[in-house]
Amino acid sequence: MKSDILWPMALTFFTTALFSVGGISAMIPEIHRSAVDVHRWMTDEQFAAAFALSQIAPGPNILLMTLIGWRVAGLSGLIVATLATILPTSALSLMAGRGEKRLQHARWYAMTKRSLPPLVVGLICASALVTAQAAIHEWLGVALAVGVAIHVAVSRTNPLVPLSVAVLVGVIAGRLGFY
Amino acid sequence: MTKAELFFGFLLVGLFGFGGIAAAAHHVIVERRRWLTNEGYAQVLGLGQVLPGANLVNMTTIVGDKFHGFAGAVLALLGLTLMPILILVGLATIYDHFAQQPDVIAATKAAAAGAAGLIFGTGFKLGKTILDSRWAVLFALLSFTSIGILRLPLVQTLLCLAPFAVAVSFWRGSREK
Repeated sequence: MKSDILWPMALTFFTTALFSVGGISAMIPEIHRSAVDVHRWMTDEQFAAAFALSQIAPGPNILLMTLIGWRVAGLSGLIVATLATILPTSALSLMAGRGEKRLQHARWYAMTKRSLPPLVVGLICASALVTAQAAIHEWLGVALAVGVAIHVAVSRTNPLVPLSVAVLVGVIAGRLGFY
Repeated sequence: MTKAELFFGFLLVGLFGFGGIAAAAHHVIVERRRWLTNEGYAQVLGLGQVLPGANLVNMTTIVGDKFHGFAGAVLALLGLTLMPILILVGLATIYDHFAQQPDVIAATKAAAAGAAGLIFGTGFKLGKTILDSRWAVLFALLSFTSIGILRLPLVQTLLCLAPFAVAVSFWRGSREK
């Protein structure tokens, strides 16, 4: 039944979004864990394809959750997944935006702002590892990932450029019969 | 600025967002529409970054609320997400039609691998500036191991690690004085 999927999905996306410090990337391992390992809504390959599509499409990176919702439960899944991802942090933003002046003088705020970034770095690298393991099965994939990673690390151009190059290389390699 | 302008402004941000919605948001909000100054924009985006969730979604909420209260926030969010979601569904539908084609299979695999690399690159870039002490490296390694290698849940991991990270910050802060 659909509601058997919608409720756990809403709950998972909601709580995960609430704890996604440092951005949506921090959500990816948890979403992968629940969608592929715990609830088995999709396979590793389907997750990797959804991840790829959500990265190519324009827009905020909440789109991965939107697409998973759409894949798993159609239109209602799309709406539930998107709302569950956006609502908790937007509510927090609303409060933070209105209380910004007070927030900036609060000591706990300054402390948290200073102490969480190292954890965020770890979370983002963990996201990279989880997506890499879902998406990469050949040496060419490793090479493409490393190439894009180096390009992103050293240059500030639009990431769609190295991503397009990677896709082009992948297609050519596929035509030549080794991807 | 009217509510309609707010909605269509963010609709534009969503449309321009190919490959980097942050740049598109800055372009529309600061340069084209001049809703905020550079400083004002940086401040709002900074707040959006500290909060959990997508910094752009957070920023959009705050900007919408600033100009038109709760309704403004809702309209701005709708504007921001509407086009990207429609494009995404369109892309996914086209993809499903051609998913069995060898070229599309290769392209998808390559895009997913490249996108994983993109996140690695972002993490590396961030780490270069943030990991400036042994403690910082230790906490990054701990969260990476817990989530990436042991595949433990996010909420529990953060509830365990964050208090320690804050405590160490406090301790180091008081030692420096």
